Amino acid sequence: MSAPLLVAEGLHRSFGETAALVDAALRIDEGEVVAVLGSSGSGKSTLLHCLAGIVRPDRGRVVFDGQDLVTMSDARRSALRREAFGFVFQFGQLVPELTCLENVALPLRLARVPRREAEQRAGQWLERLEVTDVAGKRPGEVSGGQGQRVAVARALVTRPRVIFADEPTGALDSLNGERVMRLLTEAARDSGAAVVLVTHEARVAAYSDREIVVRDGRTRNLEVAA
Amino acid sequence: MSIGQTFLGLLEATPRHGYDIKRRYDEHFGHSRPVAYGQVYATLSRLLRGGLVEVEAVEPGEGPDRKRYAITEAGVADVAQWLARPEQPEPYLQSILYTKVVLALLTGREAAELLDVQRAEHLRLMRELTRRKRGGDLAEQLICDHALFHLEADLRWLELTTARLDDLAARVRA
Ligand SMILES: Nc1ncnc2c1ncn2[C@@H]1O[C@H](COP(=O)(O)OP(=O)(O)OP(=O)(O)O)[C@@H](O)[C@H]1O
Ligand SMILES: [Mg+2]
Repeated sequence: MSAPLLVAEGLHRSFGETAALVDAALRIDEGEVVAVLGSSGSGKSTLLHCLAGIVRPDRGRVVFDGQDLVTMSDARRSALRREAFGFVFQFGQLVPELTCLENVALPLRLARVPRREAEQRAGQWLERLEVTDVAGKRPGEVSGGQGQRVAVARALVTRPRVIFADEPTGALDSLNGERVMRLLTEAARDSGAAVVLVTHEARVAAYSDREIVVRDGRTRNLEVAA
Repeated sequence: MSIGQTFLGLLEATPRHGYDIKRRYDEHFGHSRPVAYGQVYATLSRLLRGGLVEVEAVEPGEGPDRKRYAITEAGVADVAQWLARPEQPEPYLQSILYTKVVLALLTGREAAELLDVQRAEHLRLMRELTRRKRGGDLAEQLICDHALFHLEADLRWLELTTARLDDLAARVRA
């Protein structure tokens, strides 16, 4: 069996008196879609942030593709986040001054891809996410569901190895939420990206391959029951 | 599902033979469980006895399929009444799970574990339905969605119960 893409072990993280993560662990294989479930305040977002190198755990290891995110330099970690990870959050992630096409092209522009090529590739992703019609609009001019699909396109445009999605459908009605989930998981599968999907909605989690449950900062893995 | 009324509904459009009723039934409603021939003829003879259908024509030969059934006026009234009457919501669907949870607490077993295992099982089925929905036509999607919403409701109950397990334990052990 090949080594897992992303492994976290013995993660602890406190915010003052609050123990947000207590000995949390997780492993994700290449191309897997894993749902992280748990009630509000259980530590899901903190876990996702630790896995993505956004929050540093007080203790524990996070190893991505053989490299420990916790001990590597900040510069290296930022570069890794930019190159290998994509992010989708509940809202507020698109740059309001840019058009949707420019938003999707942005990660490529930051990676010094020439404008023409960046926008051409961005256009292909907008098409893949069925939002070509909003390419020239600004985020403030599109619906919530369209905005999330643009955000998914932006997360995928650099062909990341892992997509981190924290309640990506949290602000959408169920029909739009499902459309985003269908397109997100299909696009991720096609491009071979793994997905870490934080959600408290079971119907959203049903798009995953398996689930991890977080309770009071502890992870519970129920694969045995399958 | 009320198979009698469903048959009546299928007969309301046009008289049919037993095999035709079965075919229509399976096509629309039998996705996970086609109706057995035995049940088709048992249901039809029950409807016949109740005066809700009548035999409109009998073709020469052998076997039950010679008969063509038609709905009667009483049958039409019965379907209308059934359609107009709201279904009894099933508030106690979770009673088996509730019983298990209480028993686990009473006997000092891991109730949280039981709930977790149930959640995993619910999610497994929800994944399967989600996959089926993706490949299916509109009818298939709506059927799957109905099941998914119900399973989701169960899951919310599982969450809530998990969150209140300590209180429940204190209560049942008091
Ligand atoms: N930056 C922070 N400062 C202080 N406390 C924090 C911070 N981030 C998280 N926490 C606390 O850590 C715990 C876990 O929070 P986290 O955001 O990971 O939960 P969650 O499972 O994502 O919840 P939700 O479903 O509501 O988003 C909570 O008690 C929260 O208040
Ligand atoms: Mg959160």
